[in-house]
Amino acid sequence: MLVIKDLHAKIEDKEILRGINLEIKPGEVHAIMGPNGAGKSTLSSVLTGNEKFEVVDGSVTFNGKDLLDLSPEDRAREGMFLSFQYPIEIPGVSMVNFMRTAVNEHRKYRGEDPISASDFLKLMRDKKKLVDIDSNLTNRSVNEGFSGGEKKKNEIFQMAMLEPKLAILDETDSGLDIDALRVVANGVNKLKSPERSTIVITHYQRLLDYIVPDYVHVLYKGRIVKSAGKELALELEEKGYDWIKKEFED
Amino acid sequence: MNVACRIVDLQEEYIKLFNDQLPLIQSGSPEKMNSLREEAIKIFEEKGIPSNKVEAYKYTNLQPYFKGSLNLAFTNEAAHTDVTQHFHCEVPQLNTYNVFLVNGWFSAKDSDTNLPDGVVVCSMREAAEKAPEAFEKHYGEIAPTKEDSLVAMNTAFAQDGAFIYVPKGVVLEKPIQVVNIMTGDEDRLAFQRNLIIVEENAQLKMMLCDHTMSAQRFVVNTVTEVFANQNSVFDVYNVQNQHNLTTQVQGLYVHQKKHSNILTNNLTLHSGIARNNVGVIMDDEQCESHVYGLYLTDKNQHVDNFTSINHDKPNCQSFELFKGVMDDSSTAAFTGKVFVAKDAQKTNAYQSNNNLLLTQNAKINSKPQLEIYADDVKCSHGATVGQLDDEAMFYLRARGINQDESRVLLMFAFAYEVIEKIRVEPLKEQIRGLVEKRFRGEFDKCDSCVVCGQPGSNASCL
Repeated sequence: MLVIKDLHAKIEDKEILRGINLEIKPGEVHAIMGPNGAGKSTLSSVLTGNEKFEVVDGSVTFNGKDLLDLSPEDRAREGMFLSFQYPIEIPGVSMVNFMRTAVNEHRKYRGEDPISASDFLKLMRDKKKLVDIDSNLTNRSVNEGFSGGEKKKNEIFQMAMLEPKLAILDETDSGLDIDALRVVANGVNKLKSPERSTIVITHYQRLLDYIVPDYVHVLYKGRIVKSAGKELALELEEKGYDWIKKEFED
Repeated sequence: MNVACRIVDLQEEYIKLFNDQLPLIQSGSPEKMNSLREEAIKIFEEKGIPSNKVEAYKYTNLQPYFKGSLNLAFTNEAAHTDVTQHFHCEVPQLNTYNVFLVNGWFSAKDSDTNLPDGVVVCSMREAAEKAPEAFEKHYGEIAPTKEDSLVAMNTAFAQDGAFIYVPKGVVLEKPIQVVNIMTGDEDRLAFQRNLIIVEENAQLKMMLCDHTMSAQRFVVNTVTEVFANQNSVFDVYNVQNQHNLTTQVQGLYVHQKKHSNILTNNLTLHSGIARNNVGVIMDDEQCESHVYGLYLTDKNQHVDNFTSINHDKPNCQSFELFKGVMDDSSTAAFTGKVFVAKDAQKTNAYQSNNNLLLTQNAKINSKPQLEIYADDVKCSHGATVGQLDDEAMFYLRARGINQDESRVLLMFAFAYEVIEKIRVEPLKEQIRGLVEKRFRGEFDKCDSCVVCGQPGSNASCL
């Protein structure tokens, strides 16, 4: 589904990603861990098309298409979803309006007619139930005045609405208390399917107790320096990143 | 009677015009209006049309706009009554009491049976008969004729406008909408003079809508005086929707008495050159005033909001918020003067001006001016200038929303705060829709840019 080959990216003149190789197959859950500044968030930004970063080398194909050739909106319409580490507040734009616009843009891309008002409301209702999000959050402006936990829940709700093929959760656990974490993780798990893949970017192992990965990768200095099964996360939790850094430097 | 004149030297011709036409100007006008003309024209003669050398007009040199060939109507034949029937109101769902002015002249109004007892809505020319006491007492009392030469010009020349009187204790459920339509086949200068009196414990919400219906060059000088008596509630929403060849100088002057609560909101959706003066005087304790504005500009448009809020007495509050979204090579200015008198203790005054510049060429001059002579007050002011947030843009695009639509959503999110301040629910809805349309470039003034020939740099025009 996603094939990343020797991906290099920089911001201004600083090279952050220095040769990433990664392949993700349908239905797989990959965790990407690593110390601060390793390039985890940069990877998610580059994959989703944030223009702040410049890709200098390498290739990424997504379901057979050259991903780097697509605009951010087309990547989303192709089925890429990013759950933001810091979701943006948009006062005055209602969740309903925002979601309907997004859903219809996806439908248009697929050559479908806009969704009817009643179908849309039903869709909202179903997805709210699925991810267990508070009903009144969707009656408000996008993320306006939401707590940290509410913002993250809202990201998962949006993911449920847009039904992506590949979801990237960028530090979705940061700043969440244990209850919110559980709601978010449950939402993600309920959306799991044999076709849908997930990349979980996290600093800590805790989230991986709830969203169990098939593979764990350690990103350090812009490269994946170690890949293994889920047990690697526990090892990192126990021993920290120093041994990896050491191994890498040697 | 219509007079066509060519203005080159400003005062000289305007003074001559005044002297030549004085009999017509005076004819049919209330005594009180006529009694102030001589002094006003002297002030105008002395000061002239302000250039940017006048401090208060530093960012808007009006002289070029008051020059050239212009027509003036000195009798009410300019009030083509047929125009109002063709007028398509942008605020159709609103249940309002409507008053139409054409080229500054009172033209038509809804039947008086739709008004509560005692409420007077009429032409200024009839005001002295229909509400003699109130008219005598308040006309010319609030507008700063001595300080502002354009107010002086208006006081000297104005012959008509809307007069509204709400007697003690009467609450108008329906807003009153005063629509001024500029139209005709000639370039035109028009004066409009309104007087609004809201008596003790009365409530009035009104809209002042400024429109253009033909493609000519229009110069409009409007002065509205408002007297808000004790315990009254007054809202005015000035909706400006004029084509790019329009110059409007508009003064809104409000005088407040004890426990009154007023709101002004200048919604400049589309205009050529707009200068909005807002002056609020809190002349008693426990007054509350809300002064808001939203200006959306593109191409070569220019909007200058000049506000002054006077806290003359203790325990009053004022809230001021102006926001602007500027595209292409448009420019704007904001001046927020807050004056707190020596004895006006326990004053609360908040002021904020935020601007969103969409291009490198758009420009804003923002100037807070606080003059505080009391020592126990809370006053704050802030001004910001920014661009569309890249992170927010990316957030929307990452959800599959295209770039243009994302821009519209973010611009709307920026403007939204001012729209939220509207205290008439259906109007709020309507303005929301109009602002969104404006951002999408679907506004009905689009045809005007073909006329004025100012190219838009993007889809905002056609």
